[in-house]
Amino acid sequence: MANAMPGSQKSVVLLGGGSTLARAMAMRFAEKGFALVLADLDTAELEVIAQDLRVRYGQSCRALHFDALDYGSHGDFAAECAKALGETPGGVVVCFGVTPVQEDAQKDFSVAHHCLDVNYTGAMSVLEHFATLFETRGSGFIAAVSSVAGDRGRQSNYIYGAAKAALSVYLCGLQNRLFKRGVYVTTIKPGFMDTKMTWGMDLPARLLTDPEQAAGIAVQAILKGRGEAYVPGYWRLIMLIIRHIPGMVFKRLSL
Amino acid sequence: MNESFKNMALAGWGRYKPVPCHVYRPERRDALLALLDGGAPDSVLARGLGRSYGDAAVNRDGSVVDMTRLNRMRSFDPETGELECEPGVSLSEIISVFLPRGWFPGVVPGTRFVTLGGAIAHDVHGKNHHRDGSFSSFVDSIDLWTPALGVVTCSPTENADIFWATVGGAGLTGVMLSVRLRLRRVESAYVTADYQRCANIDAALEAFDATDEDYAYSVAWVDCLATAESLGRSVLMRGNPVAPGRLPRGPAQKPLHTPNRFNATVPFDFPGFVLNPLSIRAFNETFYAMNRPVKDKFVDYDKYFFPLDRILHWNRMYGKRGFVQYQATFPPEGRAGLRAMLERCSVARRASFLAVLKKFGDGGKGMLSHPMRGYTLTLDLADSPGLTAFLGELDRILLDHGGRLYLAKDAVASPETIAAMYPRLEEFRGVLRRVDPDGRIGSDLARRTGIAPAAGETHHG
Ligand SMILES: Cc1cc2nc3c(=O)[nH]c(=O)nc-3n(C[C@H](O)[C@H](O)[C@H](O)COP(=O)(O)OP(=O)(O)OC[C@H]3O[C@@H](n4cnc5c(N)ncnc54)[C@H](O)[C@@H]3O)c2cc1C
Ligand SMILES: NC(=O)c1ccc[n+]([C@@H]2O[C@H](COP(=O)([O-])OP(=O)(O)OC[C@H]3O[C@@H](n4cnc5c(N)ncnc54)[C@H](OP(=O)(O)O)[C@@H]3O)[C@@H](O)[C@H]2O)c1
Repeated sequence: MANAMPGSQKSVVLLGGGSTLARAMAMRFAEKGFALVLADLDTAELEVIAQDLRVRYGQSCRALHFDALDYGSHGDFAAECAKALGETPGGVVVCFGVTPVQEDAQKDFSVAHHCLDVNYTGAMSVLEHFATLFETRGSGFIAAVSSVAGDRGRQSNYIYGAAKAALSVYLCGLQNRLFKRGVYVTTIKPGFMDTKMTWGMDLPARLLTDPEQAAGIAVQAILKGRGEAYVPGYWRLIMLIIRHIPGMVFKRLSL
Repeated sequence: MNESFKNMALAGWGRYKPVPCHVYRPERRDALLALLDGGAPDSVLARGLGRSYGDAAVNRDGSVVDMTRLNRMRSFDPETGELECEPGVSLSEIISVFLPRGWFPGVVPGTRFVTLGGAIAHDVHGKNHHRDGSFSSFVDSIDLWTPALGVVTCSPTENADIFWATVGGAGLTGVMLSVRLRLRRVESAYVTADYQRCANIDAALEAFDATDEDYAYSVAWVDCLATAESLGRSVLMRGNPVAPGRLPRGPAQKPLHTPNRFNATVPFDFPGFVLNPLSIRAFNETFYAMNRPVKDKFVDYDKYFFPLDRILHWNRMYGKRGFVQYQATFPPEGRAGLRAMLERCSVARRASFLAVLKKFGDGGKGMLSHPMRGYTLTLDLADSPGLTAFLGELDRILLDHGGRLYLAKDAVASPETIAAMYPRLEEFRGVLRRVDPDGRIGSDLARRTGIAPAAGETHHG
């Protein structure tokens, strides 16, 4: 039996809903007629974003409190989303994440630990709850924003990269588990996006993607049921090359 | 909260003489307030989409707050058309969201890509100025952060002096946080336009005077290379709204949608020789020849209001050195000055690729708002040797005829020139002394023209 397409039930939960990318994705979803739940730490700010989506698109949009680090709350949170939407959500997307300065993470274990906890453990913890709900129902989509940084460790960001690598591997396994249950899993791998996370960092302007464009690519990949999406697509090629640099050579480079 | 900033060289849309600034781009109201209240280390200035041509939105060695990510819509009342937004919302976004629902901004400038903050800070005018006045005619109230008074709400009835200083005040009274404005109902996204050729400037002005009242929208393109009897020959492009019932079949199906078009883009700086008196003459000849007189032509809003938006980055046409836009408004009795200015341009062969002429209605109440009853002429002038001296000559013509420059465009005028043109400048300074006694807000425009009182002593540079 063919799976129902990922967008067949038009409701979605965006975790880390206050991130630049999530707001842009929320607009794409709202445009396509999805009801939304945005969840994040700062609910006052989320309410402003939710109100904007209601004014622009006339879609129902709720703001809920969510802390990626409060693992114990994640089960109740999934139930709360269903209540807010009046149904088990059609899909869920993890957008939250933190990018510590690499040197800080090297020097201070608590920074590195926090990075792993938010980017990986928090995502894994909350997605397991949604995975079970969707698996039981036999449909839905799960997506998370990982990063090209997770494709190969580089001296400039390997602690963050390792957390994202764990997330990517987790999603790959989840996909393997859920595909036969009618649930789609998408790993989104942006390169550099022009968001509040990267504002002020010294990045080549040419390689910065604007969040609207990134969101368009991500939402399209999710709704087409793709397993993986580089954002934008040319990063697939860049990472293909980087992954294939032989170790002997790679260890001598400063990347 | 420690917001990070980026060191950038910023300029206006003319790309004339970029200056180094510390640029912040908050995405949350909290982050913005923390930045403003926590005292950014140096002087601050809000910036929208950078469509002002000169130095109004740059602050050399100071802080610039890019407002474009504070672009959330707060509420809309479909009964009255009242929209509340953060000031980083662009007119383009408003049009995309509300035109399909039958609403349009009361006033739009020649580009959609301006923010509400920018539209208010220069009290922009559109092709309907002779009927409806400038942007502020449609603004109900503003929440404004000021250095001395904190956040104040101002409107024509509440803190009215702050309101009329903020409207047209080039960002110097504070940072707008929220804006309430009225959209107007429209029945279709089309105008019926009449294109009329006028053999010279006198004929064009006659036509404006005789029949502008018959049109909701009016503007003219001027060939500023034509000389002698043809001096200032023009094509008037005037139009009226269209009821959907009158539209031809295609558009009548979707009266509130403008056709999707492919936008061209100027991918890099053109070399300096591309725009020269010869190529500009050729363009102007062609334009005049192509625009045969027609009546009642259906033209969609994008094409009629925002013709230049179809070429992205068109300012790169002027090459690396950039250009200056010069907008001069003459009072009705200053027509001789307008002629003299066109003569000066054609003799000096300082051709403007685009020159636009419009008749203004009465000015509004903004202390530094530009529009006043009369005629306004807008020229683009590439930066080339002798430009400043040439602009000085134009300024003199303008002053001699009781006219004024537009601060959204100006990049070179002196303090004396500006002071002579804006009779309410002292009143404006009085408000600044109250809202910003220590001169915490600064811009290159303010320092160059001296429009802010001299309290900015603390600023070195
Ligand atoms: C192709 C083109 C056509 C144009 N046609 C017209 C026209 O027909 N009529 C007309 O009047 N103008 C016209 N303009 C000029 C343009 O409308 C104005 O310069 C407008 O102010 C640009 O808005 P912006 O968002 O780009 O502002 P910016 O250029 O970024 O800033 C302009 C000013 O607004 C202030 N500002 C911005 N946001 C805030 C805020 N939140 N709080 C306080 N101050 C703020 C800045 O400090 C600055 O002084 C045109 C410009 C272009 C490029
Ligand atoms: N920008 C890039 O170049 C880039 C590249 C590759 C991947 N990514 C990934 O893209 C995603 C979106 O990031 P962005 O660029 O849009 O940056 P962003 O705006 O800074 O988004 C990060 C979001 O994560 C939230 N968050 C942090 N800790 C949290 C917690 N404990 N619980 C809940 N939410 C938490 C933050 O909320 P608060 O602000 O309220 O703390 C913030 O909204 C992230 O996963 C990031 O790693 C970004």
